[in-house]
Amino acid sequence: MLSVNHVTGGYPGHEVLHDLSFDVQKGELLGIVGPNGSGKTTIFKVISGILKAQSGEVTIKGKSISKYSAKQLAKVLAVLPQHAEQAFPYTVKETVSLGRYAHHTGWFQMWSEHDEAVVQKTMEQTGIKAFQDNYVNELSGGERQRVFLAQALAQEPEILLLDEPTNHLDLSYQKELLDLLKKWTREQGLTVISIFHDLNLAGLYCDRLLLLEEGKINKHNKPNEVLEEGRIQSVYRTHIEKHPHPTVPKPQMLLLPEKRAEDLDDLLIDNRLLKYDDDMIMLETPFPLRTMSSGVVGSGTGWYKSFVNRRVSKNYSCLNHREEMRAYLRKRGIDPFETVGMMTAVCLEDVSYRLIEEDDVSVFIVVTAGIGNAVDASRSAEHVYAPLPGTINTWVFVNGSLTDEAFIQSIMTATESKVKVLHDHDVKDSVTGSYATGTPTDSILIASSQRGKHLPYAGTITTLGKLISQGVYTCTSEALKNYRERMSV
Amino acid sequence: MLKRFTLMFLLNNKVVPYLIAIGLLIGAMLLGISIGTVSVPIPTILQLIWTEVLHLPSRTETDPMFTTIVMDIRLPRVILSALVGASLAVAGAAFQGLLRNPLADPYVLGVSSGASVGAVLVLFFNLSLPVVGMFTLPVMSITASIITIFLVLFFARQIERSMRVETIILTGIVFSSFLGSLLSLMIALTGEELRQIIGWLLGSVSMRGWEYIAIILPFFVIGTAILLFSSKELNAMSFGEERAQHIGVNVARRKLWILLGGSILTGGAVAVSGTIGFVGLVIPHLTRLLWGPDHRHLLPLSILLGAAFLIVTDLISRIIISPTELPIGVITSLIGAPVFAIILIRRRKERRG
Repeated sequence: MLSVNHVTGGYPGHEVLHDLSFDVQKGELLGIVGPNGSGKTTIFKVISGILKAQSGEVTIKGKSISKYSAKQLAKVLAVLPQHAEQAFPYTVKETVSLGRYAHHTGWFQMWSEHDEAVVQKTMEQTGIKAFQDNYVNELSGGERQRVFLAQALAQEPEILLLDEPTNHLDLSYQKELLDLLKKWTREQGLTVISIFHDLNLAGLYCDRLLLLEEGKINKHNKPNEVLEEGRIQSVYRTHIEKHPHPTVPKPQMLLLPEKRAEDLDDLLIDNRLLKYDDDMIMLETPFPLRTMSSGVVGSGTGWYKSFVNRRVSKNYSCLNHREEMRAYLRKRGIDPFETVGMMTAVCLEDVSYRLIEEDDVSVFIVVTAGIGNAVDASRSAEHVYAPLPGTINTWVFVNGSLTDEAFIQSIMTATESKVKVLHDHDVKDSVTGSYATGTPTDSILIASSQRGKHLPYAGTITTLGKLISQGVYTCTSEALKNYRERMSV
Repeated sequence: MLKRFTLMFLLNNKVVPYLIAIGLLIGAMLLGISIGTVSVPIPTILQLIWTEVLHLPSRTETDPMFTTIVMDIRLPRVILSALVGASLAVAGAAFQGLLRNPLADPYVLGVSSGASVGAVLVLFFNLSLPVVGMFTLPVMSITASIITIFLVLFFARQIERSMRVETIILTGIVFSSFLGSLLSLMIALTGEELRQIIGWLLGSVSMRGWEYIAIILPFFVIGTAILLFSSKELNAMSFGEERAQHIGVNVARRKLWILLGGSILTGGAVAVSGTIGFVGLVIPHLTRLLWGPDHRHLLPLSILLGAAFLIVTDLISRIIISPTELPIGVITSLIGAPVFAIILIRRRKERRG
């Protein structure tokens, strides 16, 4: 559809682009990204015919754009500017109608029914039909952007060029616009080339990305190939991290702010931070911890500062227990959005906790255990679904910096230790009579300070794994012993 | 409510503005011919137009004195005013659109200064060119204005090949200042021609006759044609030059045409009547306020309103302290400024309401 062949160009005495070549296919959504001064705007101006290439050429459908007249080019290629000047108060419809200019030949050609139909259609597509008689300069930024999008579309182009289309738009309009563009590329074969500042938006929507660095192509490929941590760090000369998008299989590049001096203060998470009463056990940290947990609130992965294990009565039953838990936390003056909260029916006095250290690593373990409803996971099919009280809640706080992999291994290691405790204490599944492996409502929390020693793994025989397995085993045993003593009294 | 409705109707219906503008122009012409030291009744004027202009047979005879007054003095004067007013207004409308600046006027490129220098040179040195004779002044004036346009464009191109409008405006200002000081120099050195020079600079359409109409008419026709054929492009260019290029306008070429068209109109008008301020600035602005910025209608409507406006101001300038005539440039500003201010304020209020 569009080819850029060995284009070198820029401004007199200042060459910005050096021998650039790439192709864009029909129906493709290409994102041009790169740091400031990398040549994004210059290549954009060369493609749109505003700036002549010093050497090389841009061809559209096999024909060099220098051979197109301004009108011919406007029928194939339309541009959505970052901002258009507003010297006089034109109405929305007048503005959109101007997009038909290139389709008129001669001085006396009148406005045809086809022109009217195209203008009406584009106004409908962009959702501006309702205010077609309003003045453009009285519209909001997002509406104005859509008016100029409609104007560009009224040219009935095959290629649409956009210069940072999401600039000045709030989040919902950004999404709306890009969804619309994506839809047109798929359904109508529109080819879209767009400059993006936001790498994440570009990665989410573009089929391919063109990463420019100092006027040369660094990489031209699928977003996942272009958005590599090392590559982006070196091109943009800043510290970022690549993470997967939580719901879409696309990468996200995250900025890391410079750490402040006070953040580096080494604070050990241990029993000094723990407090408990009859109602709940709570651990509060002065800075948020990265967590992976199952719980009532704050479950999954995230960053949390408060950790609550709340005692509820054996007959606790609530349709919306999450909401009820949040209300409870609020009542106790705890922000539910900064909290991982769990529930248990066991007596909180039976809690067991300890700090275990080795080398520069330490873990602080907190366990409450009730086994009134112990289950053998290998034979859980024989159970009917009837949640009974009795829960083992395990908290593992790591003073160190964990990888995602280490988080998952920590859960495995802690779980294996818990199973072993139940085995060694002869805890049986009341239905099957076999050894129990846990209760149906067990919860676990792995929380890491993400500072101090880098801990990539937490398998059972790594340094961290050893600390976790030892700690969880000891604490669970003790909590179980406390529980049984209380039950036997 | 009713007022708002009428306004919307006027805005939407494209025929009504033309009817109003044409009505105003005809009314102004009739008044301009009728009123003076000798009053000519309007039926007589119509009768004279019937017999003398259209050369159609008529049974009634008119007083030969009326025939002389109308045909030799007032009709050419009114037509000249109309042509000058129309030229300045349409040139102003085009320059405002092209330069995307509602404050631009036909004199912004230094064309009027060029024309004035040409005219004042004639007065200062008492020049009389062979062949053109008594038309030395308008001929010199137009020649000077055309030389000025090309110099401005030439220098703008030397500064920047792409000739952005900002560059053109700056070059125009530089030329205006330079030519303005040349004018001041000549005025400072002049003796008895001072009153004549000042009078010319303030502008006048009196005692010109049909010959002057013949001088301005070709410039008016060519200039207006160029601009009217550029009205769609002017619409596009008021969104910025890059935007216009993207929509499909050959900006570089069209820009030159519009500058040329506007300058031809301005040069012609200045040559026959001196520098008459305010018309080129305010008439397009007023038209835009009343009937919207679409240049396909803005340009022709500005022509009609500009013509009507200058006829009325000329009428006022010659009757207000009759028999002495005031310079028309003074009247355009004296009347134009307050009227414009009132319309601007009322319009702003309506927008907010």
